[in-house]
Amino acid sequence: MGAIYILWLREVKRYLRSRAQVVASLGQPLMYLVALGFGLGPVFRASGNGSYLQFVAPGVVGMAVLFTSMFAGIGLLWDRQFGFLKETLVAPVPRISIVLGKTLGGITVALIQGVLVIVISLIAGFRPASWLALLNGFVFMLLIALVFGGLGTAIGSRLQDMQGFQLVMNFLVMPIFFLSGALFPLDHLPKALAAVTDLDPLSYGIDGLRGALIGRAHYGFRIDLWVLCLVAVALLSLGSYLFSKIEI
Amino acid sequence: MSAMIEVQSLSKRFGAFTAVDNISFSVQTGEVFAFLGPNGAGKTTTIKMLTTLLQPSGGTILLDGLDPQRRQREARQRFGIVFQDPSLESELTAAENMELHGVLYHMPRKLRLERTERLLRMFELWERRKEPVKRFSGGMKRRLEIARGLLHTPRILFLDEPTLGLDPQSRNQLWTHVKALNQEEHVTVFLTTHYMEEAERVAERIAVIDHGKIVALGSPQELKQNTGTGSLEQAFLALTGTTIRDESAGAADQLRQFARMWRR
Ligand SMILES: Nc1ncnc2c1ncn2[C@@H]1O[C@H](COP(=O)(O)OP(=O)(O)OP(=O)(O)O)[C@@H](O)[C@H]1O
Ligand SMILES: [Mg+2]
Repeated sequence: MGAIYILWLREVKRYLRSRAQVVASLGQPLMYLVALGFGLGPVFRASGNGSYLQFVAPGVVGMAVLFTSMFAGIGLLWDRQFGFLKETLVAPVPRISIVLGKTLGGITVALIQGVLVIVISLIAGFRPASWLALLNGFVFMLLIALVFGGLGTAIGSRLQDMQGFQLVMNFLVMPIFFLSGALFPLDHLPKALAAVTDLDPLSYGIDGLRGALIGRAHYGFRIDLWVLCLVAVALLSLGSYLFSKIEI
Repeated sequence: MSAMIEVQSLSKRFGAFTAVDNISFSVQTGEVFAFLGPNGAGKTTTIKMLTTLLQPSGGTILLDGLDPQRRQREARQRFGIVFQDPSLESELTAAENMELHGVLYHMPRKLRLERTERLLRMFELWERRKEPVKRFSGGMKRRLEIARGLLHTPRILFLDEPTLGLDPQSRNQLWTHVKALNQEEHVTVFLTTHYMEEAERVAERIAVIDHGKIVALGSPQELKQNTGTGSLEQAFLALTGTTIRDESAGAADQLRQFARMWRR
């Protein structure tokens, strides 16, 4: 227990102390909100879809949670060779405590980041259906963080070099984001694209988030919740397993 | 005197490549023992096997009488380690790094605080304990890593090139501290280094390892005598040849470069 807590605390402190990095990491979501929210607004409205800012804000929140939780895990790549991870791997504590503490820390940080983006969205003019909606939205933020915290840990435990890191960024993280319906509605997509978006766990995360925040959903609350819970359990288990096999 | 580290026919293969090739040696309780060898000789790989981080391909290890693979947690509680590459959390302060270590090693709070103070004072870091480690110099970081490795009063301290990249003053001071702790707390020290004069100064016995094999083992005096050379450096070159080794310029070195770029 002590080990899980102290490793969780480490992740959170690390985040809170790197202020410059926090500010920098909010730049991208802000750009998406402002440039896309206002830039595509007129076209989106003209096509009868309502306000694009309202539509895209949950997507951008999901993006922030996705990136932050994935990076926390992928960071294992250098952390195990040139960072603090080695210190924990030789400590007389079970690996499962280490991976739990670390992953929970990453998830906490991702949630803080997601809440910051919600605040920015509110300032930019985004309006959730109700205050209670924010609470429901938080549940889906948590689920997104669990899913991708698990995936990040799984990948970070296996990655060997920088080339691998680039591959994961370009061929996994970016597609997960772009194919998730964060930026466009999932209704009336071409069949092939719909098949892919249906396989993207983030689609269900964003859909749940959007459903909670503005009452607009493609799959619906139940499906979103079930898919995310199942995928989260699977990926967190996979992450813990691969982490337990790390050799440095 | 009994053996604190007992190694029999230890090997490690990575695919077809044999990094550590059937080595045997023992280190006595309270001894300072040095592993010398060119780049890629297998020093770090040996330390990783001794410290439960790598599974040996063959052979047996006993640490303080324990098989580190089978009784992993008990074995881990008995040693401290300073890795070749940095392993501090640079966003946290010196005191917080110590605290984290103490919790991971199940130390009661009171003992944790007492030993932290004692060790940080000894390594001249007490005044700066509240500063984040990222502001420390290379020498301070190394000292902190050693202090941290000793926090839980281990019986063995592994030091993998602890003086790499330090100036002569820092190196000198570091070894003075290690020697003192070896005397005061009777901790057995297993170290690797590329600096001959250091090995000669602190180590009671030296094993020279090359291409995964131990090619000589003895006191600095014996190594010089057996090779008929006047200095340990000459003895080393006589034993391992003068060609440059580039085996280790692999993936790890590339990553090391990258990590430096990113983390300053
Ligand atoms: N995980 C690994 N997979 C494949 N080869 C490895 C691995 N780890 C080490 N090696 C190889 O094993 C050999 C011994 O490496 P090791 O790190 O033990 O050398 P070393 O004596 O510590 O060298 P240095 O003085 O450069 O630190 C090298 O050729 C290295 O490339
Ligand atoms: Mg080495």
